[in-house]
Amino acid sequence: MDSNNVSLIFKALLAIFLGSFGVIGVFYALNILVEKAFPERARIKVLPWIYVGPALLLLTVYLIIPTLRTVYLSLFGPSSNEFVGLKNYIFVLTAPDTLTTFRNNLLWLVLVTGISVFLGLIIAVLIDRVKYEQVAKSLIFLPMAISFVGASVIWRFIYAYRPADAEQIGVLNAIATGLGFEPIGWLVNPAINNFALIAIMIWLQTGFCMVLLSSAVKGVPADVLEAARVDGASEVQIFWRIIIPMIMPTILVVSTTVIVLVLKVFDIVFVMTGGNLGTDVIASRMIREMFNFRNYGRGSAIAVILLIAVIPVMVANIRRFRQQELNR
Amino acid sequence: MNTGNSQPVDPTVRKTGGPQKDPQKDPQKDPQKDPPKAPSKEPRPSYVGKRKEQSNFDRLMAKAPVHFAVIAIAVLWTLPTFGLFISSFRPPDALVTSGWWTVFLNPLEFTQFTLGNYQEVLAAGMGQAFLNSLVISVPATVIPIAIATFAAYALAWMDFPGRQAIFIVTVGLLVVPLQMTLIPILRAYNVLGISSTFLAVWLAHAAYGLPLGVYLLRNYIGSLPRDLIEAAAVDGASYLNVFTRIIVPLSMPAIASFAVFQFLWVWNDLLVALVYLGGNQDVAPVTLVLRNIVGDRGQDWFLLTSGAFISMLVPMAVFFALQRYFVRGLLAGSVKG
Repeated sequence: MDSNNVSLIFKALLAIFLGSFGVIGVFYALNILVEKAFPERARIKVLPWIYVGPALLLLTVYLIIPTLRTVYLSLFGPSSNEFVGLKNYIFVLTAPDTLTTFRNNLLWLVLVTGISVFLGLIIAVLIDRVKYEQVAKSLIFLPMAISFVGASVIWRFIYAYRPADAEQIGVLNAIATGLGFEPIGWLVNPAINNFALIAIMIWLQTGFCMVLLSSAVKGVPADVLEAARVDGASEVQIFWRIIIPMIMPTILVVSTTVIVLVLKVFDIVFVMTGGNLGTDVIASRMIREMFNFRNYGRGSAIAVILLIAVIPVMVANIRRFRQQELNR
Repeated sequence: MNTGNSQPVDPTVRKTGGPQKDPQKDPQKDPQKDPPKAPSKEPRPSYVGKRKEQSNFDRLMAKAPVHFAVIAIAVLWTLPTFGLFISSFRPPDALVTSGWWTVFLNPLEFTQFTLGNYQEVLAAGMGQAFLNSLVISVPATVIPIAIATFAAYALAWMDFPGRQAIFIVTVGLLVVPLQMTLIPILRAYNVLGISSTFLAVWLAHAAYGLPLGVYLLRNYIGSLPRDLIEAAAVDGASYLNVFTRIIVPLSMPAIASFAVFQFLWVWNDLLVALVYLGGNQDVAPVTLVLRNIVGDRGQDWFLLTSGAFISMLVPMAVFFALQRYFVRGLLAGSVKG
């Protein structure tokens, strides 16, 4: 290891140290300041704001103001100079290629949410009955720890395409040619490339659904299941008529989580196809409007549409939270 | 998270709840600590029924479809990652001419494996990127933890006007897509001249992680026993003393959950790094470098395999070591967007 590397590592450690302990130092300094500068009674009034203040500041500066600003910018032209009213929205909602992104997002929403929740549920019920449950769970859950970029690289190998006369290096095309078919361009054929990308997301999310649903399935009382079995209900009937209704609240929570995540899906499309060949989704389209087309107005309008799509979830969250506070 | 007490099965209630929850019910534990026959698991009757009268063999046969399905799914889910792992040790020319599974035709032939891909990709910027990812991820985890814990303490145990309103806004912010904030913040960064710096991503990640952190920690800290905190106050402990001696030690499980969740989120992030760090290779994290390799040198499969695996090392280690905390963070994160 040469001295250059040592200095790099040293700098990295220093940056980590400064970034991490700087913030804690700020709190201590402010606290001491308040204790020195204010009398006892005023301290009680000031101190909460010292503790909440930084959080409030960050949330305001990084989330609240930019959100409002984006809504505002969406009414302006490419470089935010001229007011264009709803023109950006009209463009985004009518242009054929942006309509394709909406269609794709809908496809993602329905397929990823439907399949990963359903599959996660089936696995949760089955996995409860084997002794190696923990090992199997860890394996299925593992993709959650992998970044979307890493997952995209993994799946590039699975979808790899070689001409028919060459040896296939991708699993799927090796199977296809082994069965006597022509190799398939999984990522370039417009009829299937969206599904190929969606499969990656399902691979990533099923473990998440499985883990949450599994803890719900374990919560179904054993005597209820036993009673149904004594009454002669089949396992399939028990699954549909008892397990599913009883864990419905969890299914809803898991589904909304996946929906919100899928709405914002970006990395997979950006890395695998760059949004070309009819695979663009809302979030990747927004980045393209920003960086490739330099049109901040349209980029903002797309972001606002994303926000509108999650507002129902936001309202539901706040409602659920209020209810929970009442029950405290 | 639950809408009432009528549904006893919503797991999120007991997950995001307080420290009083029964650790035995934690559904996802380290395999070592929670063998499948843990005493907490109620003896659930086998779906075959009348199990005592049947021989072991019959039971096994009746369960065969279940075993088959579970094993098949587990293998199917592991295979992609496993294939990448094998591929990352194969020489570049072998990689592009034959599938990774061909190594099993003569599995004892160790000359078909090499560490060359790793050396190449580390030289191509992955080593620096690995350091950058650490420099980005550690402070971007510590900063929101500190800020969120202080805020959660104030929101839960201090009396000041507007605290309920602040918390409700935080809950609302949980699902705001961070895409909403990219353009204005990028512009502000450009004006301030701090785009392409670590500070820019630390603060951005801290802010994006805050709603979840405040939500999770406020719920946890709010359920700590009141007596404990009031007793300390009677003894004349200052707010800061209560915080460092009582709140933080008792909240460690919740802090750990949020830490694992936030760390993995930041380490695996591409979007924030892409937008705020721009094209500056000196500060690019592993995800950004990996994506550039895909984009510019997409046919250099040997760089992709080893690069992807290096980028996955830390999250996988964190995942296996701290899975329990990760799951708890995820359960709480079910309300996050």
